[in-house]
Amino acid sequence: MKAFFVTFILTTLTASAQLAVQGETIHTMEGDPIADGVILIESGKITAVGSASEIVIPEGYETLSAKVVTPGIIDAHATVGLSGILNYDHDQEQLEKSAPIQPELRALDAYNPRDPLVSWVRGFGVTTVNTGHSPGAVISGQAMLIKTNRLNVSDGALQPFSMVMASLGSASLASGTSVPGTRAKAVAILRTELIKAQSYLKKVNADDPDKAPDRDLRLEALAAVLEKKKPLLITAHRHHDIQAALRLAKEFDFRLILDGASEAYDLLDEIKAAGVPVIVHPTMIRAQGDAENATFACAQKLHAHGIPIALQSGFEAYVPKTRVVLFEAGMAAAYGLPKEAALAAITRDAAVILGIEDRVGSLSPGKDADLALYDGDPFEYTTHCLGVVIDGEHLPSTN
Amino acid sequence: MKTILAQILAMALLASAHGEPTAFVGATLYPITGDPIEKGTLVIENGKIAAIGAEVAIPDNATKIDASGKVIMPGLICTHSHIGQVSGGDYSAPIQPEVRAYDSINVRHPSFQKARAGGLTTVNIMPGSGHLLSGQTVYLKLREGGTIDELFIRQPNGKPAGGIKMANGTNSIRQSPFPGTRGKSASLVRQQFIRAQSYQKKLAAAAEDPDKTPERDLALEALVEVLEGKRVVHHHTHRHDDILTVLRLKEEFGFRLVLHHVSEAWKVAPQIAAAKVPCSIILLDSPGGKLEARDIEWRNGAELEQRGVVTSFHTDDPINDSRWFLRSGGFAVRAGMSRHGALEALTMAGAIQLDLQERIGSLSVGKDADFIILSGDPLSIYTRVEETWVEGERVFDLDDPKDRLFAVGGPGAGSNRRLNLCCFGPLLND
Repeated sequence: MKAFFVTFILTTLTASAQLAVQGETIHTMEGDPIADGVILIESGKITAVGSASEIVIPEGYETLSAKVVTPGIIDAHATVGLSGILNYDHDQEQLEKSAPIQPELRALDAYNPRDPLVSWVRGFGVTTVNTGHSPGAVISGQAMLIKTNRLNVSDGALQPFSMVMASLGSASLASGTSVPGTRAKAVAILRTELIKAQSYLKKVNADDPDKAPDRDLRLEALAAVLEKKKPLLITAHRHHDIQAALRLAKEFDFRLILDGASEAYDLLDEIKAAGVPVIVHPTMIRAQGDAENATFACAQKLHAHGIPIALQSGFEAYVPKTRVVLFEAGMAAAYGLPKEAALAAITRDAAVILGIEDRVGSLSPGKDADLALYDGDPFEYTTHCLGVVIDGEHLPSTN
Repeated sequence: MKTILAQILAMALLASAHGEPTAFVGATLYPITGDPIEKGTLVIENGKIAAIGAEVAIPDNATKIDASGKVIMPGLICTHSHIGQVSGGDYSAPIQPEVRAYDSINVRHPSFQKARAGGLTTVNIMPGSGHLLSGQTVYLKLREGGTIDELFIRQPNGKPAGGIKMANGTNSIRQSPFPGTRGKSASLVRQQFIRAQSYQKKLAAAAEDPDKTPERDLALEALVEVLEGKRVVHHHTHRHDDILTVLRLKEEFGFRLVLHHVSEAWKVAPQIAAAKVPCSIILLDSPGGKLEARDIEWRNGAELEQRGVVTSFHTDDPINDSRWFLRSGGFAVRAGMSRHGALEALTMAGAIQLDLQERIGSLSVGKDADFIILSGDPLSIYTRVEETWVEGERVFDLDDPKDRLFAVGGPGAGSNRRLNLCCFGPLLND
């Protein structure tokens, strides 16, 4: 009861708080950065953004200030909250190996918002994560979009079901006589399942309700993909796996998000022609296995070709147990991606690819008050993140 | 024919670079053993540093290289690396001092050229941490070369320099014959060292009376080198109590020691300092991956520095890619280490830990001409390693497409390096 009251009071306080954030530089991601700027926040939403000369901070506002202010960072593909910090069986929820295709596995049933790695990434400015089931099965499950200050899934996710997570390539192959043992078989079982979903969808949409099929969670999730209500993210690194993903999207006409794509440099024209966005592998991905020919310039090459990109922390089986997407963006910038584009790849452009740009990813009146505060260039090794604001709630850090 | 001529020409150039002095002019020099020198001059000759300073007389026969706007610092020293597909002991026993990393390393693996691209010039290549003692480590100079014998550091006795790799905590706890607990781990190690002490005594007796010479035992021979301080123990350890266990073993057997990883160093920094034991630490993007590493902190560098502990960084490549080893310094400074301390941890501290402080680790006259040319501040993410030099020879040049491939990645960067200068063309797409 006591705990309930404390929570209630905190929520009330933070939600009703009026907050002003001053920044020597504010990257709104809607136009040029504002020098000496101010953001006003009320009831969790941004009410004004502009230069200090234009905006007067009303009385009673709590004021924060930082050298650099950016929109809250968005990690377009993570597994935090599912792949826990300890890396033991009891905190690893990102991959169920009992079957190669399980789109019915919901991220919200697996996500632990209190895993220390969630607050770890938040400490560097990450306010929204697209987190869920990892690569390693042909379809491993779903992802969800949630803000990093939520202590319970029931506190609300931006999208409890954001997309279906698939992967092609050697990482999704099974050993021994298990299916799929080869790349060709992996695509074959995926096509078979999608055809089943087409048929299921036809029955669901039939006029005669008596002919409605029994509810099937697996096919229902795939039907959402076929109806373009949810994208299908396909992690693929080798050029031939990327081509297989593009082929599938063409055959089944779904919204494809390419993921990883470390050999995308060989297929720039094809990816662009397909109109497919890419969530590029972590810049510092280990150059091993399917990603052995990865380049730090991947994001730069895709961006220069006019292909929409976002960046990600991805999944790590061992160490570091999570990457920090801010660092990955910094390294992409250091290897040629223009700095503003690198920042966009973890804010505005990520929001657009994830379909949440009306809420987060840039700073303008009406948007969620999600900010990250830094004492210098956010990409520099030696810069500290001073904290974040999420829905108007200030969460300090010293990273 | 053309390629043969090109090779002859290249060799001739190398030969002249070796014999005649070269002067790098105009760069900011970080000698490490002294304050930075603005617009300084570095002269190298015969693979050694001949002169360094703000006002240096450049020899008439020197090739002058304009390095204005660049930063030159000593070649980076990684005190803990697994490049070259190194292996150590197998899973037949938890303690295998007879096994040499030296016998397993593929120096043509791309990880070598990537390490050069990261500015590394000396590495301690070690077997893994899945054993209480997984074998002998080897210290290599990242000279150009297709065989390990071109790369190792020769001791006065002609043998390759190196230490020995030990570990405690959960990595080396496995199914029998490996230990199942920490208590058993320590007892196995102690018993083995006691055997080595006994062998050492027999060897001493044999010096008086050759008839008493014991049968040669490769494992005990290596451990006698450890007991005599000729081979440093490089000890993987994470948790505070495991760190103290290592210090206790050192106290009991008197070996020379560098603590590695030392994730919870911040919890027992005073004890580490009191034992006067150096530390080789790692800075990771996040804590965890296992219970022992849950409490690792970037402030380990600052905590150890403040207590006077000789602290180096390591990549643990492939845990951290050698190509951004400098990043470790950046993160350490972010968490309170001094800039100077961080730069030292990338260079001189490692030299001390490998017993190579007379030869490498700083830009000092008489030392090996191992250095890197950077595009800017060593601790900035935007800085690139442009050139890496080992003993007066350039082993990495960012402007050279064949080197750039390994520095940045791309098609072919995952393949074994081909050594002939003739063969890079087909690998390069752009």
